[in-house]
Amino acid sequence: MDNTLLSFENITFTYPTGKTPVMKNFNLSIDKGTITVILGPNGAGKTTLLHLALGWLHPSTGKVKLLEKSLSVYTRRELGQWMGLVPQNENTPFDYSLLEYVLLGRTPYLEPLAMPSEKDLEISTQKLTEVGLSSLIHRSMPSLSGGERQLVLVARALAQQPKLLFLDEPTSHLDLSNKSKLVNVLRGLQSQGVTIVFTTHEPDVASALATHMVLMREGEILQTGPIDQVMNDVSLTALYHLPIQVKEIDGKRVVLWDN
Amino acid sequence: MLFWLVVLLFAVVIFSMFLGRYPVPGFISFERLSSDSLAQKLVFNLRVPRILTALLLGASLAAAGGVFQMIFSNPLVDPGFLGVSQGAAFGAAMCIIFLGGAAWAVQASAAFFGCLGLLLSYLLARRVRYGGWVLRLVLAGIAVSALFSAGLGILKYVADPLSQLQEITFWLLGGLWSITWRQFLTILPVVVISLFIIWRMRWRLNLLSLGDETAFSLGLAPTRERTLLLIAGVAATSAVISVAGIVSWVGLIIPHIARRLFGADSRYMIPASILIGSIFTILCDDLGRTLMAGEIPLGIITSLLGAAIFAYIMINQKLPTHK
Repeated sequence: MDNTLLSFENITFTYPTGKTPVMKNFNLSIDKGTITVILGPNGAGKTTLLHLALGWLHPSTGKVKLLEKSLSVYTRRELGQWMGLVPQNENTPFDYSLLEYVLLGRTPYLEPLAMPSEKDLEISTQKLTEVGLSSLIHRSMPSLSGGERQLVLVARALAQQPKLLFLDEPTSHLDLSNKSKLVNVLRGLQSQGVTIVFTTHEPDVASALATHMVLMREGEILQTGPIDQVMNDVSLTALYHLPIQVKEIDGKRVVLWDN
Repeated sequence: MLFWLVVLLFAVVIFSMFLGRYPVPGFISFERLSSDSLAQKLVFNLRVPRILTALLLGASLAAAGGVFQMIFSNPLVDPGFLGVSQGAAFGAAMCIIFLGGAAWAVQASAAFFGCLGLLLSYLLARRVRYGGWVLRLVLAGIAVSALFSAGLGILKYVADPLSQLQEITFWLLGGLWSITWRQFLTILPVVVISLFIIWRMRWRLNLLSLGDETAFSLGLAPTRERTLLLIAGVAATSAVISVAGIVSWVGLIIPHIARRLFGADSRYMIPASILIGSIFTILCDDLGRTLMAGEIPLGIITSLLGAAIFAYIMINQKLPTHK
């Protein structure tokens, strides 16, 4: 039985203002229930890939398919229930409280002009508790630290209850204990059947969480597959153009790099 | 708390009906109103439509200001900034100088040039070569406003200082002295429909303030929904500007006051802006028409009181903690 959830078929993509394509003849499929990490240097096209997957950007040629059907056959609301995004950062010009902010994640389940219900409020409070921010729910967004904001964005995506979750560098502002908390939250989601795709610049997070790995450079895939086949000295050295060694210590992969 | 604002609005409307300068400055008594037919005409043909128009004016400017601040993710935006206010002012001045100053003609010309200002901003924004759509619209709005305000400067320079210039200046400062039932009824449908759209879509407004990427990932069609809200805001603003002139500061300050009192969530911020804007504008207009024997332009009072109240709230009010 075919287990593919999301597939990219022969994608090329050029930004309307740009000349050179950001993605070139890109093919990738993501299986149900997996956690895929996308690794690559800055400017490799990782965020573009997530935006194409969401349908926010349209490929110049090729198709993105969800369950074998082109994204364009789904309504906006259906896609909102299917896929959630934790963006790299977000502009918050107004003083929302954390709870109001996370409550926005319930929007795909509301009728177009309806307001959230008590149940939505309950779910949002619970998701804030899951990421460890229950004591701050009435604080305002601008008063938070960078790491706390990142956790709020995660909580909002959890409140959205997507079956496919994208995270764009979700750990970039987190301290070690929050990193480990997030890894646990995401593992919990996987055990409930949620498929996860995330980008990162931190090989330790990739290794701790992912089941599959995609190595991207300049809009092309260098290598893809189960993480224990892809994450090795040769492939990472080729990816970053930097001598890299992957060592195993107590059953965990550790990445060492050298100038 | 929103309920009490509604009660307060009703009270202010009733209070304002009895307030005026006939027969003496201050309140008119019930006995007088029931026996004096001149007083009845005055209250029902002049005061009531004027008070109701002030209500629409305050509600529209405050709601449109709140909407624009959200959809442009910028707390410093004002409902007239996309070329609407300056375009309308230019149109009114043109009409006063070249076509005579008949009230209906000034209004029509103001509405026409207000919409033209918006159209030019839109067309210019489409051709700007850099920045996201929001930044391009803001930049284009600034450029078009500057263009019209230069044109307005030329018109003021050539205007007859003894008659036309005074009339232009009075129009630019805004006021409701010439309002009749007919004018109130002309703008009523546009304003009611626009406010209804804004009110019904207020939850989605929250998402639009976070940027397109996020709004899209939460199931919105950001461009379409933003355009609809933009049209509703501009329609309401143009309608009220065309009869009342440029009443400044209401659209900028009232949403901030509402946000300070009710929080940023537009579920509460938008209705609060509509109510506070109405109450504030009716009271300012009351002052304008009763304080002195002559009429004080409404725009002067809204700026003065608006700025004072705003400063007070910024200094004293703590951020609301939520229900």
